[in-house]
Amino acid sequence: MSDVSDSFNGEQLTPSQAIETLQSPDLGLRVYAAWWLGKFRVNQPGVVERLIHALEDEADRTPAGGYPLRRNAARALGKLGDRRAVPALIESLSCSDFYVREAAAQALEMLDDRRCIPVLIQLLKNEIPGTEPSPVRLDFPQPYDAILEALGTLGAVEAIPLAKSFLNHPVDRVQYSAARALYQLTADSRYGDRLVKALKGKDLQLRRSALADLGAIGYLPAADAIAQTLAENSLKLIALKGLLEHQFCDIPLPSLSDGAIKIMNLMDSLL
Amino acid sequence: MTDIQTLIRAVDEADSSTHLLEAVQALAIAHTQAAIPSLIAALGYNNPGAAVAAVDGLIRLGEPSVLPLLEQLDGYNYGARAWAVRALAGIGDPRGLTILLHAAQNDFAMSVRRAATKGLGSIHWQKLEDDRIQSAQLQALEALLHVSQDHEWIVRYAAILSLQSLAIEGSKSRPDWLAQIQTRLDELAETDESLTIRARVRLAQQQIQNARV
Repeated sequence: MSDVSDSFNGEQLTPSQAIETLQSPDLGLRVYAAWWLGKFRVNQPGVVERLIHALEDEADRTPAGGYPLRRNAARALGKLGDRRAVPALIESLSCSDFYVREAAAQALEMLDDRRCIPVLIQLLKNEIPGTEPSPVRLDFPQPYDAILEALGTLGAVEAIPLAKSFLNHPVDRVQYSAARALYQLTADSRYGDRLVKALKGKDLQLRRSALADLGAIGYLPAADAIAQTLAENSLKLIALKGLLEHQFCDIPLPSLSDGAIKIMNLMDSLL
Repeated sequence: MTDIQTLIRAVDEADSSTHLLEAVQALAIAHTQAAIPSLIAALGYNNPGAAVAAVDGLIRLGEPSVLPLLEQLDGYNYGARAWAVRALAGIGDPRGLTILLHAAQNDFAMSVRRAATKGLGSIHWQKLEDDRIQSAQLQALEALLHVSQDHEWIVRYAAILSLQSLAIEGSKSRPDWLAQIQTRLDELAETDESLTIRARVRLAQQQIQNARV
Protein backbone atom coordinates (compact mmCIF):
# COMPACT_ATOMS: atom_id res chain seq x y z
CA MET A 1 0.00 0.00 0.00
CA SER A 2 2.47 2.59 -1.19
CA ASP A 3 0.22 4.67 -3.42
CA VAL A 4 -0.28 8.29 -2.34
CA SER A 5 -4.00 7.90 -2.79
CA ASP A 6 -4.03 5.25 -0.06
CA SER A 7 -3.65 7.92 2.55
CA PHE A 8 -6.62 9.73 3.90
CA ASN A 9 -6.28 13.31 5.08
CA GLY A 10 -2.56 12.62 5.04
CA GLU A 11 -2.92 9.58 7.28
CA GLN A 12 -3.44 5.91 6.61
CA LEU A 13 -7.09 4.97 6.61
CA THR A 14 -8.01 1.81 8.52
CA PRO A 15 -10.85 -0.46 7.37
CA SER A 16 -13.04 0.45 10.34
CA GLN A 17 -12.49 4.17 9.72
CA ALA A 18 -13.51 3.66 6.11
CA ILE A 19 -16.69 1.85 7.16
CA GLU A 20 -17.53 4.66 9.55
CA THR A 21 -16.77 7.25 6.87
CA LEU A 22 -19.57 5.79 4.74
CA GLN A 23 -21.88 7.73 7.13
CA SER A 24 -19.74 10.87 7.31
CA PRO A 25 -21.60 14.21 7.12
CA ASP A 26 -19.19 15.04 4.27
CA LEU A 27 -20.80 13.45 1.20
CA GLY A 28 -17.56 13.56 -0.77
CA LEU A 29 -15.85 11.49 1.91
CA ARG A 30 -18.58 8.86 1.73
CA VAL A 31 -17.89 8.46 -1.99
CA TYR A 32 -14.20 8.15 -1.27
CA ALA A 33 -14.77 5.58 1.49
CA ALA A 34 -16.92 3.43 -0.82
CA TRP A 35 -14.15 3.45 -3.41
CA TRP A 36 -11.54 2.65 -0.77
CA LEU A 37 -13.45 -0.33 0.62
CA GLY A 38 -13.58 -1.84 -2.86
CA LYS A 39 -10.02 -1.00 -3.76
CA PHE A 40 -8.67 -2.79 -0.71
CA ARG A 41 -11.36 -5.47 -0.79
CA VAL A 42 -12.36 -4.91 2.81
CA ASN A 43 -14.57 -7.88 3.55
CA GLN A 44 -15.22 -7.22 7.21
CA PRO A 45 -18.70 -8.00 8.60
CA GLY A 46 -21.11 -5.18 7.85
CA VAL A 47 -19.32 -3.74 4.83
CA VAL A 48 -21.42 -5.42 2.18
CA GLU A 49 -24.66 -4.54 4.00
CA ARG A 50 -23.70 -0.89 4.21
CA LEU A 51 -22.64 -0.73 0.58
CA ILE A 52 -25.94 -2.35 -0.45
CA HIS A 53 -27.70 0.30 1.59
CA ALA A 54 -25.65 2.97 -0.19
CA LEU A 55 -27.10 1.77 -3.52
CA GLU A 56 -30.35 3.48 -2.41
CA ASP A 57 -28.67 6.72 -1.38
CA GLU A 58 -30.65 9.88 -2.13
CA ALA A 59 -28.48 12.40 -0.30
CA ASP A 60 -25.61 12.71 -2.76
CA ARG A 61 -26.67 14.09 -6.15
CA THR A 62 -24.69 15.75 -8.91
CA PRO A 63 -26.15 18.88 -10.57
CA ALA A 64 -27.17 16.64 -13.48
CA GLY A 65 -28.99 14.26 -11.12
CA GLY A 66 -26.31 11.55 -10.89
CA TYR A 67 -25.66 9.44 -7.80
CA PRO A 68 -21.89 9.41 -7.07
CA LEU A 69 -22.16 7.29 -3.92
CA ARG A 70 -24.29 4.67 -5.64
CA ARG A 71 -21.74 4.43 -8.47
CA ASN A 72 -18.84 3.75 -6.15
CA ALA A 73 -20.87 1.44 -3.94
CA ALA A 74 -21.76 -0.67 -6.99
CA ARG A 75 -18.12 -0.78 -8.10
CA ALA A 76 -16.99 -1.83 -4.63
CA LEU A 77 -19.64 -4.54 -4.40
CA GLY A 78 -18.32 -6.08 -7.61
CA LYS A 79 -14.86 -6.29 -6.12
CA LEU A 80 -15.98 -7.71 -2.78
CA GLY A 81 -17.40 -10.82 -4.44
CA ASP A 82 -20.37 -11.30 -2.09
CA ARG A 83 -23.44 -12.49 -3.99
CA ARG A 84 -25.81 -11.10 -1.38
CA ALA A 85 -25.40 -7.88 -3.36
CA VAL A 86 -26.91 -9.36 -6.53
CA PRO A 87 -30.60 -8.42 -6.03
CA ALA A 88 -29.76 -4.81 -5.11
CA LEU A 89 -27.37 -4.53 -8.06
CA ILE A 90 -30.07 -5.86 -10.39
CA GLU A 91 -32.33 -3.10 -9.00
CA SER A 92 -29.58 -0.59 -9.82
CA LEU A 93 -29.76 -1.59 -13.50
CA SER A 94 -32.97 0.46 -13.56
CA CYS A 95 -31.41 3.55 -11.96
CA SER A 96 -31.83 6.79 -13.88
CA ASP A 97 -28.06 7.47 -13.65
CA PHE A 98 -26.20 6.00 -16.64
CA TYR A 99 -23.02 5.51 -14.61
CA VAL A 100 -24.81 3.63 -11.83
CA ARG A 101 -26.17 1.23 -14.45
CA GLU A 102 -22.73 0.86 -15.97
CA ALA A 103 -21.12 0.17 -12.58
CA ALA A 104 -23.91 -2.29 -11.68
CA ALA A 105 -23.48 -4.21 -14.95
CA GLN A 106 -19.73 -4.46 -14.35
CA ALA A 107 -20.24 -5.54 -10.76
CA LEU A 108 -22.76 -8.21 -11.75
CA GLU A 109 -20.28 -9.48 -14.33
CA MET A 110 -17.66 -9.81 -11.59
CA LEU A 111 -20.09 -11.56 -9.24
CA ASP A 112 -20.76 -14.08 -12.01
CA ASP A 113 -24.42 -14.62 -11.12
CA ARG A 114 -26.80 -15.45 -13.97
CA ARG A 115 -29.91 -14.11 -12.24
CA CYS A 116 -29.27 -10.70 -13.77
CA ILE A 117 -29.32 -11.90 -17.40
CA PRO A 118 -33.00 -11.11 -18.19
CA VAL A 119 -32.66 -7.54 -16.89
CA LEU A 120 -29.38 -7.03 -18.72
CA ILE A 121 -31.08 -8.11 -21.96
CA GLN A 122 -33.97 -5.76 -21.28
CA LEU A 123 -31.49 -2.94 -20.73
CA LEU A 124 -29.57 -3.81 -23.89
CA LYS A 125 -32.88 -3.50 -25.76
CA ASN A 126 -33.29 -0.09 -24.10
CA GLU A 127 -36.64 -1.16 -22.69
CA ILE A 128 -36.31 -0.01 -19.09
CA PRO A 129 -38.23 3.22 -18.51
CA GLY A 130 -36.66 6.14 -16.67
CA THR A 131 -33.08 5.27 -17.60
CA GLU A 132 -31.38 8.43 -18.78
CA PRO A 133 -28.62 8.55 -21.40
CA SER A 134 -24.97 9.28 -20.74
CA PRO A 135 -24.64 12.89 -19.60
CA VAL A 136 -21.68 13.38 -21.94
CA ARG A 137 -23.12 11.51 -24.92
CA LEU A 138 -26.84 11.93 -25.25
CA ASP A 139 -26.86 9.56 -28.24
CA PHE A 140 -25.66 6.84 -25.88
CA PRO A 141 -28.82 5.65 -24.11
CA GLN A 142 -27.30 2.68 -22.29
CA PRO A 143 -23.82 1.53 -21.23
CA TYR A 144 -23.90 -0.98 -24.09
CA ASP A 145 -20.27 -2.00 -23.77
CA ALA A 146 -20.57 -2.91 -20.09
CA ILE A 147 -23.85 -4.78 -20.67
CA LEU A 148 -22.49 -6.78 -23.62
CA GLU A 149 -19.34 -7.67 -21.73
CA ALA A 150 -21.35 -8.87 -18.76
CA LEU A 151 -23.58 -11.01 -20.97
CA GLY A 152 -20.51 -12.56 -22.58
CA THR A 153 -18.82 -13.37 -19.29
CA LEU A 154 -22.06 -14.77 -17.85
CA GLY A 155 -22.45 -17.13 -20.81
CA ALA A 156 -25.83 -15.69 -21.81
CA VAL A 157 -26.26 -17.62 -25.07
CA GLU A 158 -29.86 -16.40 -25.26
CA ALA A 159 -28.42 -12.94 -26.01
CA ILE A 160 -26.48 -14.03 -29.13
CA PRO A 161 -28.91 -12.68 -31.77
CA LEU A 162 -29.26 -9.38 -29.93
CA ALA A 163 -25.49 -9.06 -29.43
CA LYS A 164 -24.94 -9.58 -33.18
CA SER A 165 -26.98 -6.47 -33.89
CA PHE A 166 -24.30 -4.44 -32.07
CA LEU A 167 -21.48 -5.56 -34.37
CA ASN A 168 -22.35 -2.63 -36.62
CA HIS A 169 -22.97 -0.09 -33.92
CA PRO A 170 -21.68 3.39 -34.88
CA VAL A 171 -19.38 3.44 -31.85
CA ASP A 172 -16.29 1.23 -32.38
CA ARG A 173 -15.94 0.51 -28.68
CA VAL A 174 -19.43 -1.04 -28.64
CA GLN A 175 -18.64 -3.15 -31.72
CA TYR A 176 -15.61 -4.54 -29.89
CA SER A 177 -17.67 -5.38 -26.83
CA ALA A 178 -20.14 -7.21 -29.05
CA ALA A 179 -17.31 -9.15 -30.71
CA ARG A 180 -15.80 -9.93 -27.31
CA ALA A 181 -19.11 -11.22 -25.95
CA LEU A 182 -19.89 -13.20 -29.09
CA TYR A 183 -16.50 -14.88 -28.99
CA GLN A 184 -17.12 -15.90 -25.40
CA LEU A 185 -20.61 -17.17 -26.26
CA THR A 186 -19.76 -19.01 -29.51
CA ALA A 187 -15.96 -19.59 -29.56
CA ASP A 188 -16.21 -18.59 -33.24
CA SER A 189 -12.81 -17.27 -34.37
CA ARG A 190 -14.43 -14.66 -36.63
CA TYR A 191 -15.18 -12.60 -33.55
CA GLY A 192 -11.68 -12.96 -32.15
CA ASP A 193 -10.20 -12.02 -35.53
CA ARG A 194 -12.34 -8.94 -35.61
CA LEU A 195 -10.63 -7.74 -32.43
CA VAL A 196 -7.21 -8.65 -33.86
CA LYS A 197 -8.00 -6.41 -36.82
CA ALA A 198 -8.85 -3.62 -34.40
CA LEU A 199 -5.27 -3.73 -33.07
CA LYS A 200 -4.20 -2.09 -36.33
CA GLY A 201 -6.67 0.80 -36.02
CA LYS A 202 -5.57 4.41 -36.19
CA ASP A 203 -6.78 5.51 -32.79
CA LEU A 204 -4.58 4.66 -29.79
CA GLN A 205 -7.52 4.53 -27.36
CA LEU A 206 -9.25 1.97 -29.57
CA ARG A 207 -6.11 -0.11 -29.90
CA ARG A 208 -5.85 -0.12 -26.12
CA SER A 209 -9.48 -1.18 -25.92
CA ALA A 210 -8.94 -4.07 -28.31
CA LEU A 211 -5.88 -5.17 -26.31
CA ALA A 212 -7.98 -5.30 -23.15
CA ASP A 213 -10.75 -7.22 -24.94
CA LEU A 214 -8.37 -9.83 -26.35
CA GLY A 215 -6.77 -10.27 -22.95
CA ALA A 216 -10.18 -10.76 -21.39
CA ILE A 217 -11.21 -13.49 -23.84
CA GLY A 218 -7.77 -15.12 -23.91
CA TYR A 219 -7.69 -15.42 -27.71
CA LEU A 220 -4.44 -17.29 -28.41
CA PRO A 221 -4.21 -16.57 -32.18
CA ALA A 222 -3.86 -12.87 -31.25
CA ALA A 223 -0.52 -13.34 -29.46
CA ASP A 224 1.84 -12.08 -32.17
CA ALA A 225 -0.47 -9.26 -33.20
CA ILE A 226 -0.67 -8.09 -29.58
CA ALA A 227 3.13 -8.02 -29.30
CA GLN A 228 3.32 -5.90 -32.46
CA THR A 229 0.58 -3.42 -31.61
CA LEU A 230 1.53 0.25 -31.43
CA ALA A 231 0.74 0.79 -27.77
CA GLU A 232 2.46 0.78 -24.39
CA ASN A 233 4.32 -2.42 -23.54
CA SER A 234 2.66 -2.48 -20.13
CA LEU A 235 -0.77 -2.86 -21.78
CA LYS A 236 0.48 -5.49 -24.20
CA LEU A 237 1.93 -7.43 -21.27
CA ILE A 238 -1.40 -7.33 -19.44
CA ALA A 239 -3.19 -8.58 -22.58
CA LEU A 240 -0.70 -11.42 -23.00
CA LYS A 241 -1.13 -12.28 -19.33
CA GLY A 242 -4.83 -12.71 -20.08
CA LEU A 243 -4.02 -15.07 -22.97
CA LEU A 244 -1.55 -17.01 -20.87
CA GLU A 245 -3.86 -17.55 -17.93
CA HIS A 246 -6.62 -18.67 -20.28
CA GLN A 247 -4.31 -21.45 -21.55
CA PHE A 248 -4.31 -23.07 -18.13
CA CYS A 249 -8.09 -23.56 -18.15
CA ASP A 250 -7.51 -26.51 -20.51
CA ILE A 251 -4.07 -27.70 -19.46
CA PRO A 252 -3.32 -26.76 -15.84
CA LEU A 253 0.14 -26.19 -14.41
CA PRO A 254 2.72 -27.65 -14.02
CA SER A 255 2.29 -28.59 -17.71
CA LEU A 256 3.25 -25.87 -20.17
CA SER A 257 1.63 -26.05 -23.60
CA ASP A 258 3.48 -24.77 -26.68
CA GLY A 259 1.02 -21.89 -26.72
CA ALA A 260 1.86 -20.94 -23.14
CA ILE A 261 5.60 -21.02 -23.86
CA LYS A 262 5.14 -18.92 -26.98
CA ILE A 263 3.19 -16.30 -25.02
CA MET A 264 5.84 -16.14 -22.30
CA ASN A 265 8.59 -15.72 -24.91
CA LEU A 266 6.67 -12.74 -26.29
CA MET A 267 6.23 -11.34 -22.79
CA ASP A 268 9.96 -11.72 -22.09
CA SER A 269 10.69 -9.62 -25.18
CA LEU A 270 8.36 -6.81 -24.07
CA LEU A 271 9.73 -6.25 -20.57
CA MET B 1 25.78 20.73 -43.99
CA THR B 2 25.94 16.95 -43.63
CA ASP B 3 22.83 14.84 -43.43
CA ILE B 4 23.29 14.10 -39.76
CA GLN B 5 23.43 17.78 -38.90
CA THR B 6 20.19 18.29 -40.79
CA LEU B 7 18.61 15.54 -38.73
CA ILE B 8 19.93 17.03 -35.49
CA ARG B 9 18.62 20.46 -36.43
CA ALA B 10 15.23 18.96 -37.19
CA VAL B 11 15.09 17.72 -33.58
CA ASP B 12 16.16 21.10 -32.21
CA GLU B 13 13.67 23.01 -34.32
CA ALA B 14 10.67 20.69 -34.04
CA ASP B 15 7.63 22.87 -33.32
CA SER B 16 5.09 20.18 -32.43
CA SER B 17 5.10 16.85 -30.63
CA THR B 18 4.48 15.03 -33.93
CA HIS B 19 7.40 16.78 -35.62
CA LEU B 20 9.60 16.05 -32.64
CA LEU B 21 8.64 12.37 -32.70
CA GLU B 22 9.38 12.12 -36.43
CA ALA B 23 12.68 13.96 -36.11
CA VAL B 24 13.87 11.77 -33.22
CA GLN B 25 12.81 8.63 -35.05
CA ALA B 26 14.80 9.72 -38.12
CA LEU B 27 17.82 10.54 -35.99
CA ALA B 28 17.62 7.21 -34.14
CA ILE B 29 17.44 5.26 -37.39
CA ALA B 30 20.50 7.14 -38.75
CA HIS B 31 22.54 5.02 -36.31
CA THR B 32 25.47 7.32 -35.77
CA GLN B 33 27.37 8.27 -32.64
CA ALA B 34 27.06 11.94 -33.58
CA ALA B 35 23.37 11.61 -32.69
CA ILE B 36 23.98 10.57 -29.07
CA PRO B 37 23.78 14.03 -27.41
CA SER B 38 20.53 14.85 -29.22
CA LEU B 39 19.02 11.44 -28.47
CA ILE B 40 19.89 11.87 -24.81
CA ALA B 41 18.37 15.34 -24.82
CA ALA B 42 15.20 13.87 -26.32
CA LEU B 43 14.75 11.76 -23.17
CA GLY B 44 13.88 14.95 -21.32
CA TYR B 45 11.32 16.53 -23.68
CA ASN B 46 8.31 14.97 -21.96
CA ASN B 47 7.27 13.32 -25.23
CA PRO B 48 6.87 9.56 -24.62
CA GLY B 49 6.90 8.61 -28.30
CA ALA B 50 10.11 10.55 -28.90
CA ALA B 51 11.67 9.11 -25.74
CA VAL B 52 10.86 5.54 -26.82
CA ALA B 53 12.49 6.20 -30.21
CA ALA B 54 15.53 7.79 -28.52
CA VAL B 55 15.91 4.86 -26.10
CA ASP B 56 15.76 2.40 -29.02
CA GLY B 57 18.37 4.44 -30.89
CA LEU B 58 20.68 4.61 -27.88
CA ILE B 59 20.36 0.86 -27.26
CA ARG B 60 21.23 0.12 -30.88
CA LEU B 61 24.29 2.36 -30.65
CA GLY B 62 25.23 0.44 -27.51
CA GLU B 63 28.47 0.98 -25.64
CA PRO B 64 29.31 4.50 -26.93
CA SER B 65 26.05 5.76 -25.37
CA VAL B 66 26.88 4.55 -21.88
CA LEU B 67 29.29 7.19 -20.66
CA PRO B 68 27.27 10.16 -21.98
CA LEU B 69 24.16 8.70 -20.33
CA LEU B 70 25.93 8.20 -17.00
CA GLU B 71 27.59 11.61 -17.06
CA GLN B 72 24.32 13.44 -17.40
CA LEU B 73 22.23 11.25 -15.13
CA ASP B 74 22.34 13.53 -12.09
CA GLY B 75 21.11 16.47 -14.11
CA TYR B 76 18.03 14.65 -15.39
CA ASN B 77 14.54 15.30 -14.18
CA TYR B 78 12.62 12.22 -13.01
CA GLY B 79 11.13 11.43 -16.42
CA ALA B 80 14.41 11.67 -18.30
CA ARG B 81 16.15 9.60 -15.65
CA ALA B 82 13.58 6.85 -16.04
CA TRP B 83 14.16 6.75 -19.79
CA ALA B 84 17.93 6.73 -19.26
CA VAL B 85 17.56 3.73 -16.95
CA ARG B 86 15.63 1.95 -19.71
CA ALA B 87 18.42 2.73 -22.17
CA LEU B 88 21.11 1.47 -19.79
CA ALA B 89 19.09 -1.66 -19.08
CA GLY B 90 18.83 -2.36 -22.80
CA ILE B 91 22.52 -1.77 -23.48
CA GLY B 92 23.66 -4.11 -20.72
CA ASP B 93 27.03 -2.48 -20.11
CA PRO B 94 28.36 -3.27 -16.62
CA ARG B 95 29.12 0.41 -16.03
CA GLY B 96 25.37 0.85 -15.65
CA LEU B 97 25.15 -1.80 -12.92
CA THR B 98 24.93 0.56 -9.93
CA ILE B 99 22.13 2.54 -11.57
CA LEU B 100 20.20 -0.61 -12.46
CA LEU B 101 20.62 -2.10 -8.97
CA HIS B 102 19.16 1.02 -7.44
CA ALA B 103 16.35 1.49 -9.97
CA ALA B 104 15.23 -2.16 -9.85
CA GLN B 105 14.77 -2.00 -6.11
CA ASN B 106 13.68 1.57 -5.48
CA ASP B 107 12.20 3.32 -8.47
CA PHE B 108 8.71 4.70 -7.97
CA ALA B 109 7.47 3.65 -11.44
CA MET B 110 6.89 -0.04 -11.99
CA SER B 111 7.82 0.22 -15.68
CA VAL B 112 11.26 1.48 -14.64
CA ARG B 113 11.67 -1.25 -12.01
CA ARG B 114 10.60 -3.74 -14.67
CA ALA B 115 13.13 -2.51 -17.24
CA ALA B 116 15.98 -2.25 -14.72
CA THR B 117 15.20 -5.73 -13.40
CA LYS B 118 15.29 -7.18 -16.88
CA GLY B 119 18.55 -5.29 -17.46
CA LEU B 120 20.16 -6.98 -14.44
CA GLY B 121 19.72 -10.30 -16.20
CA SER B 122 21.27 -9.21 -19.48
CA ILE B 123 24.49 -7.51 -18.42
CA HIS B 124 27.55 -8.34 -20.51
CA TRP B 125 29.60 -9.59 -17.57
CA GLN B 126 32.60 -10.52 -19.71
CA LYS B 127 33.27 -6.82 -20.19
CA LEU B 128 34.38 -6.69 -16.56
CA GLU B 129 37.84 -7.76 -15.42
CA ASP B 130 37.79 -11.43 -14.42
CA ASP B 131 38.32 -10.76 -10.74
CA ARG B 132 35.34 -8.41 -10.56
CA ILE B 133 32.74 -10.55 -12.29
CA GLN B 134 31.71 -12.63 -9.31
CA SER B 135 31.23 -9.75 -6.89
CA ALA B 136 29.19 -7.85 -9.49
CA GLN B 137 27.06 -10.89 -10.21
CA LEU B 138 26.52 -11.40 -6.50
CA GLN B 139 25.18 -7.85 -6.22
CA ALA B 140 22.79 -8.55 -9.07
CA LEU B 141 21.71 -11.83 -7.49
CA GLU B 142 20.95 -10.23 -4.14
CA ALA B 143 19.00 -7.41 -5.80
CA LEU B 144 17.02 -9.87 -7.92
CA LEU B 145 16.11 -12.04 -4.96
CA HIS B 146 14.81 -8.90 -3.29
CA VAL B 147 12.94 -7.70 -6.39
CA SER B 148 11.30 -11.10 -6.75
CA GLN B 149 9.08 -9.93 -3.84
CA ASP B 150 7.93 -6.73 -5.58
CA HIS B 151 4.19 -6.15 -5.17
CA GLU B 152 3.72 -5.73 -8.94
CA TRP B 153 3.48 -9.02 -10.83
CA ILE B 154 5.28 -7.66 -13.87
CA VAL B 155 8.35 -6.74 -11.82
CA ARG B 156 8.41 -10.22 -10.26
CA TYR B 157 8.06 -11.62 -13.78
CA ALA B 158 11.14 -9.69 -14.91
CA ALA B 159 13.02 -10.87 -11.80
CA ILE B 160 12.30 -14.51 -12.66
CA LEU B 161 13.60 -14.03 -16.20
CA SER B 162 16.79 -12.43 -14.87
CA LEU B 163 17.27 -15.03 -12.13
CA GLN B 164 16.97 -17.66 -14.85
CA SER B 165 19.75 -15.96 -16.86
CA LEU B 166 21.95 -15.65 -13.82
CA ALA B 167 21.36 -19.28 -12.86
CA ILE B 168 22.33 -20.48 -16.32
CA GLU B 169 25.33 -18.17 -16.52
CA GLY B 170 26.72 -18.82 -13.06
CA SER B 171 25.67 -22.42 -12.47
CA LYS B 172 29.11 -23.89 -13.17
CA SER B 173 31.23 -21.44 -11.21
CA ARG B 174 28.86 -20.93 -8.28
CA PRO B 175 26.63 -23.92 -7.53
CA ASP B 176 25.64 -22.23 -4.27
CA TRP B 177 24.00 -19.38 -6.25
CA LEU B 178 22.16 -21.88 -8.38
CA ALA B 179 20.80 -23.51 -5.24
CA GLN B 180 19.71 -20.14 -3.85
CA ILE B 181 17.90 -19.26 -7.09
CA GLN B 182 16.22 -22.64 -7.25
CA THR B 183 15.03 -22.33 -3.67
CA ARG B 184 13.49 -18.96 -4.43
CA LEU B 185 11.85 -20.25 -7.62
CA ASP B 186 10.41 -23.18 -5.67
CA GLU B 187 8.96 -20.75 -3.14
CA LEU B 188 7.37 -18.63 -5.85
CA ALA B 189 5.94 -21.74 -7.53
CA GLU B 190 4.24 -22.64 -4.27
CA THR B 191 3.12 -19.29 -2.96
CA ASP B 192 2.78 -16.63 -5.64
CA GLU B 193 -0.80 -15.46 -6.05
CA SER B 194 -0.40 -14.88 -9.78
CA LEU B 195 -0.92 -17.77 -12.18
CA THR B 196 1.30 -15.99 -14.71
CA ILE B 197 4.14 -15.84 -12.21
CA ARG B 198 3.80 -19.50 -11.31
CA ALA B 199 3.83 -20.35 -15.03
CA ARG B 200 6.94 -18.27 -15.69
CA VAL B 201 8.65 -19.94 -12.72
CA ARG B 202 7.84 -23.32 -14.23
CA LEU B 203 9.39 -22.24 -17.55
CA ALA B 204 12.47 -20.92 -15.77
CA GLN B 205 12.89 -24.21 -13.91
CA GLN B 206 12.68 -26.10 -17.20
CA GLN B 207 15.14 -23.83 -18.96
CA ILE B 208 17.65 -23.98 -16.11
CA GLN B 209 17.33 -27.77 -16.17
CA ASN B 210 17.79 -27.91 -19.97
CA ALA B 211 20.90 -25.72 -19.78
CA ARG B 212 22.52 -28.11 -17.32
CA VAL B 213 22.28 -31.24 -19.45
